[in-house]
Amino acid sequence: MLNQSLSKKRKSFEVLMKALMAVSVGLTAALVLFLLVYVLMRGIPNITWELLSSKPSYLTERIGILPDILNTVYIVLATLLLVLPLGVGAAIYLTEYASNKKVVGIIEYAAETLSGIPSIIYGLVGMLLFSNSMGTCLMAGALTLVIMNLPTIMRTTQESLKTVPQSYREGAFGLGAGKWRVVRTVVLPGCVDGVITGCILSVGRILGESAALLFTAGFAHAVNGLIDGLAAPGATLTVALYVYAKEQGEFGVAFAIAAILMVLTVLINFAASLVQKYFAKRRSL
Amino acid sequence: MSNIITVKDMCLWYGEHQALKNVNIEIPEKSITAFIGPSGCGKSTFLKTLNRMNDLIPGVKITGDICYEGTDIFAKDVDVNNLRKEIGMVFQKPNPFPMSIYDNIAYGPRTHGITNKMQLDDIVERALRDAAIWDEVKDRLKKNALGMSGGQQQRLCIARALAVQPKILLMDEPTSALDPISTSRIEELVTELKEKYTIVMVTHNMQQAVRVSDYTAFFLLGELVEFSKTDDIFSQPQDKRTEDYITGRFG
Ligand SMILES: Nc1ncnc2c1ncn2[C@@H]1O[C@H](COP(=O)(O)OP(=O)(O)OP(=O)(O)O)[C@@H](O)[C@H]1O
Ligand SMILES: [Mg+2]
Repeated sequence: MLNQSLSKKRKSFEVLMKALMAVSVGLTAALVLFLLVYVLMRGIPNITWELLSSKPSYLTERIGILPDILNTVYIVLATLLLVLPLGVGAAIYLTEYASNKKVVGIIEYAAETLSGIPSIIYGLVGMLLFSNSMGTCLMAGALTLVIMNLPTIMRTTQESLKTVPQSYREGAFGLGAGKWRVVRTVVLPGCVDGVITGCILSVGRILGESAALLFTAGFAHAVNGLIDGLAAPGATLTVALYVYAKEQGEFGVAFAIAAILMVLTVLINFAASLVQKYFAKRRSL
Repeated sequence: MSNIITVKDMCLWYGEHQALKNVNIEIPEKSITAFIGPSGCGKSTFLKTLNRMNDLIPGVKITGDICYEGTDIFAKDVDVNNLRKEIGMVFQKPNPFPMSIYDNIAYGPRTHGITNKMQLDDIVERALRDAAIWDEVKDRLKKNALGMSGGQQQRLCIARALAVQPKILLMDEPTSALDPISTSRIEELVTELKEKYTIVMVTHNMQQAVRVSDYTAFFLLGELVEFSKTDDIFSQPQDKRTEDYITGRFG
C-alpha cells in the first residue's frame, strides 16, 4: 500500500519535471525563432541595392552602408592578419617549447580570464593605448580587437595542438628531426582545424563588437581603400547599427543591418561546424 | 665480434624515482639483442636512453657512460639529431605520420637534407623492400598511411626507420600490438635485417626472444640481472632470479 502511493508520487513528480523542461525548451525555441523572424521581417524589406552600394549623403538625405561594409571587411582582415601569427605562435610556444609548466599554467589562466572581460574595458584600454597615439581610426580598433581575440585564437590552437598524438612527435624525433622540423611538419598540420575554428569564432566576435570599437575606431562613414581606410576613423556594421538606431532614429536601416549581421552569424556558425566535421572525418580516417 | 654500444655504470632517475641502477652492458654489432623482464623493470627506459629519446622527458637525470662506436653519446659536441639518425627507433604502437606512404618513408631522408626526387624514389623503394612490404604497397605509395592494417603500419614504421640508414635499430615491443601472422613476418624480417643492422628489441614474449635473438638481457627492478647468449641464458641461467623469470615462476 505504502509502496504503491510512493511510486505514484514519484511518477507524478517525473511527469511534472518533464513538463517543466518541455516548457523551457519551447520557450527558448520560441524566443530564438521570434527574434530571427522579427529581425528578418523588419530588416529584409529595407535591404536595397542602393543601401548596400552607396555611402550616406546629407545633401540627398540618402543612407548607404557601403562604407560600413568595407570598414567591417578591413577591420576583420587587419585583426586576423595580426592576431593569427601572434596567437598561433604563442600557442605553439606554450605547448611545444615552454618547459616551465607553472608559467604556462599562469598564462593559460590569464588568457582564460582575459576572454571573459567585458569588451567595453578593452575599448577603454584600446583608446588610451592606441587611439591616443594614432588617433581614432580602424587600425586602433583592429589593434584593440587583436588583444581581445588573442586568447581565443591561442586557446583553440592550443587545444588542437594537444590532440596531436605524442607518438607523431616521438616518431619524428626518432628519425633525427629537430624541434622546428617536428613542429612544422607533424604538429602544425594537425592543428589547422583549431586555427580555422579560432578564426571563425573571432570573425563572429569582431562582427558583433560595438563597445570596444566605439571608443577606438569611431563612427565615420567614408568610403576608403584598405590602407587609407585603416588610417581613418570608420564604423563597422555593428557600430553603424548603433549609430543609425540611437543617434538618427533610422530604424529601417538599423534593422536592415541587423538582418545582414544575423545572416552572417548563422553562416559563420554553419562554417564552424562544417570545418569541425570535415576535420573530425579526416582524423578518423 | 666487436661491440657497437658500451654502457658503463649507468643510472637513471625520473625525478626522485630511480628507474635504472648501475647498468653495464656491451651490445655486439650486427646481432639481435633482446631485453626481457617484468613490466616496469626499465626495459623501455634503457632502450630510449640509447638514442637519447629520454631527453624529451622533463626531469630525467642520467649518470654513467654510454659509448656508441667509441664516442660518449652525452658529450657536448654530439648532435642528438645525428645520433638518432644512426640509432633509429621503432615504437610499440605503430605510429605512421598522417601522410602518404611515400612521404612517411621520405620523411627521414628529407630531414637529413635529401631533396632529389630520383634519389628519394630510390631510397623509398629500397627501404620498403628491406622491410618486406614493397609488394603490398608499391601501387599505393600516394595513399594515406593511416589506411593500412596494423601489421603493415608497423612494417612501414620499420621501413621509415631504415630509410635514414641507421646502424642500430631499437625496437620496443614491435609486435605486441599485432596478430600472429604479422608478428611472424616481422620476426622473419628482423632476422634478415641483422645482416646489415644491429638490432635491440624489447619483448615480453620469451619464445620470441628465443626465436629471434642472439643475446638476451634480463632486467629486474631497474637492474640488469644477467646478459649473455640467448641459448645460454635460456638453457642454463646463472642467476636464480633469471631462472625464476624464464620458467614463469613470477612476472
Ligand atoms: N616518463 C616517466 N616519468 C616517470 N616515471 C617513468 C616514466 N616512464 C617510466 N617511468 C617509470 O620507470 C620505470 C620503468 O619504466 P619502463 O617503461 O622503462 O618499464 P618497462 O620495463 O618498459 O615496462 P613494460 O614492460 O610495461 O613496458 C617504471 O617504474 C615506470 O613507472
Ligand atoms: Mg616498455
